[in-house]
Amino acid sequence: MSDFPDHNAGTATGASDTKKAKGATKQIRIALVGNPNSGKSSLFNALTGLNQKIANFPGVTVEKKSGFTTLIDSQGQHIKAEIIDLPGTYSLYPKSLDEQVPFRVLCDPDYMAAPDLVVVIADSTNLKRNLFLCSQIMDLKTPVVLALNMMDLIEVKGIKIDIERLAARLGIPIVPINARKGTGIAGLKSAMADFKFVDRPDFIDVRAFSPALIDGIRAMIDCHSDYAAFQAANNLHLIHYFQKRPEKAHQIETLVSTLDFDPFKAQASESLQRYEVITTIIKECQVGDSSKRTFSDRLDKILTHRIYGYAIFLSILFIVFQAIFSWATYPMYFIEGMFVDLSNATSALLPQGILNDLIVNGILAGLGGIVIFVPQIALLFFFIGILEDTGYMARVSFIMDKLMRKVGLNGKSVIPLIGGVACAVPSIMATRSIHGWKDRMITIMVIPLMSCSARLPVYALIISLVIPSTAILGIINLQGLVLMAMYLLGFVAALMAAWVMKKLIKGRERGYYIMEMPVYHAPRWSNIAIDIFDKVKVFLFDAGKVIIAISIILWALSSYGPTERMDAIDLKYNKLATSAAINSDSLQVARQADLLENSYAGIMGHWMEPAIRPLGYDWKIGIALLTSFAAREVFVGTMSTIYSANAESEDTQSVRAKLSAEINPQTGQKRYTAAVGISLMLFYAFAMQCMSTVAVVKRETRSWKWPLIQIAYLSVLAYISAFAAYNLLS
Amino acid sequence: MGQKENRLLSQLTRGEKGKISHFTDSLMSLKLMEMGCIPGDFVEVQRIAPLGDPIAIHVSGYTLSLRKDEASTIVVTEK
Repeated sequence: MSDFPDHNAGTATGASDTKKAKGATKQIRIALVGNPNSGKSSLFNALTGLNQKIANFPGVTVEKKSGFTTLIDSQGQHIKAEIIDLPGTYSLYPKSLDEQVPFRVLCDPDYMAAPDLVVVIADSTNLKRNLFLCSQIMDLKTPVVLALNMMDLIEVKGIKIDIERLAARLGIPIVPINARKGTGIAGLKSAMADFKFVDRPDFIDVRAFSPALIDGIRAMIDCHSDYAAFQAANNLHLIHYFQKRPEKAHQIETLVSTLDFDPFKAQASESLQRYEVITTIIKECQVGDSSKRTFSDRLDKILTHRIYGYAIFLSILFIVFQAIFSWATYPMYFIEGMFVDLSNATSALLPQGILNDLIVNGILAGLGGIVIFVPQIALLFFFIGILEDTGYMARVSFIMDKLMRKVGLNGKSVIPLIGGVACAVPSIMATRSIHGWKDRMITIMVIPLMSCSARLPVYALIISLVIPSTAILGIINLQGLVLMAMYLLGFVAALMAAWVMKKLIKGRERGYYIMEMPVYHAPRWSNIAIDIFDKVKVFLFDAGKVIIAISIILWALSSYGPTERMDAIDLKYNKLATSAAINSDSLQVARQADLLENSYAGIMGHWMEPAIRPLGYDWKIGIALLTSFAAREVFVGTMSTIYSANAESEDTQSVRAKLSAEINPQTGQKRYTAAVGISLMLFYAFAMQCMSTVAVVKRETRSWKWPLIQIAYLSVLAYISAFAAYNLLS
Repeated sequence: MGQKENRLLSQLTRGEKGKISHFTDSLMSLKLMEMGCIPGDFVEVQRIAPLGDPIAIHVSGYTLSLRKDEASTIVVTEK
């Protein structure tokens, strides 16, 4: 329901009329609408600063950004304005999930939080296309203020716009702004404060298409304009108001069919007529046209060149990859160290016991596991922000689309996919720049197949255990070759999975590639900073909740077991400690291994042994598979605990020695043969063993359906390939 | 090449211009029109992606990129 009880949407009451009635600060709701690339997010940031919150639009999986600003009208009255940033769109007719939001907010009588005022932001270098949307919104009889952005650019292009004349012609206040530099914002804010609705003749007479239909709909629902009724007839199935009132929807459908009204034809004629009117207006108010694009053109020649284009793109990928793979490790070490110190301090401060253990090994461990991702997320979004904001991302799509489309992906999937080699978590968040719903889902579903950096310690341990360090052709190290093969395998598996999903997932909407190639410009650092801040915040608070919960469950499973077993272990080691002169350190290590074996996780390991025996694993590996769900690299730590490797130094050497000495009681041979090792590596290559990824997929798809499907298909893939490898090799 | 000949936008080579005549796909035409491709307007193929698809056209004062199958729904007459 509405946050504002005094809200009166769509009526002709202006801000200055109502405020006299009340002494308190008035509140209004303002929607920000505009074409993509029109500078809408810059304007939103300039209006609200860091005072933003991210929620969800009801009923759709589209993010809703809103924020507050204070406006002061010409009488000095303060108005608290909630600014809602609606997804960029070219017209009111929704073509994608994102575009349904502006349509619903403005045209659905069921949407309770309808705005009192719409601020349309238009790119003044392309007035014609931008006024198309503006005129549609004006025909809904909603109060509109037009912000003309990029006025500095039109001067360069030799265009002149007579703003006063345009404002008189359109009948709405127009404020020239420069959203990048933040100029003109004060003027825009006062225009927003003093907004009032002035009725003007419709741009086009939609009633003429079918008077009986428009009148019929207007008699049936409370809408303020012929155009709203026309939109209702054209997009009936998208309007929640009618979904809740099927009898009314049915009445309109009958009306549409008896009157032989063709929504496609009507929309097409509307577009044509609308452009005619706009072209006439522009001719009166604008001198010159915007066909000059020399700088961007020259740059495009290089950046989309068949050799330089790909070379430059590869170099950029390399830098991004370097950054998230290696530069991020420094702040990550720092965060890790911080949490170790914090855990030690907490552990020392609190009395020993369950609470201490829960806080240190459950909650703090989970928190540390979340915060550790922040450097990678920040760095990836720093680069993606630059690539998007400069306009380069549209060129990446342009040169990569044909290749990626073959496997059901899209030109924009490349960066998230490559980012997956460092970490799936920020990469899945980065899929938001992919517009088609289906393309985005496929990209999210296959990213975890890319070999992320957490698999590296697992691969390193197993390769050193089962692959001899022999040289091939004198120079190539076999171990290195196998490691590279694992990375390649992930990439190929991702492409193949994408190809299969392309066939399986049904598109919810018709996919378009049609996309504006924006003019290049310098990145807006403040926008990028705010975006990084938002992404980190969303990850910490949304995905964080799930991660902490899973972390606590895993902690409980591996620290607790049936009381009688735990008591028996206590008794055994207490006796040993008092009786013999055994080194107390090694006793402690052996005790830890015993405790883990008899914990619930250990019992589950034993319990799942029959299921994993065909892959060549025993219950010990079973426990490691379970605890690895916290993060894949936990495998190494768990193995070292189980095998009572020196827990003080979790270094690979000591674990490796223990694993290498392990004998399989059935065969009398070494437990870790090449067959077991490769089977294990394949399992880690494919299985969805990362709770952070699960949490972030849930956050990004806004349902448990997709992460569950993902866990299922990756588990099947992991099991089958590990099974095949083990049985073929042994 | 004096006579006016109908061609599909996807058949134009780089640098070629044409005048939008009509569309062959009604759903696609709605999207194209809201992006500024209006019958009667001139389009110029500005660039073709290195792999032959998509293409970038100059229309309505800006650059629009679209796939060839999308461009093939636009019928143009030569200028």
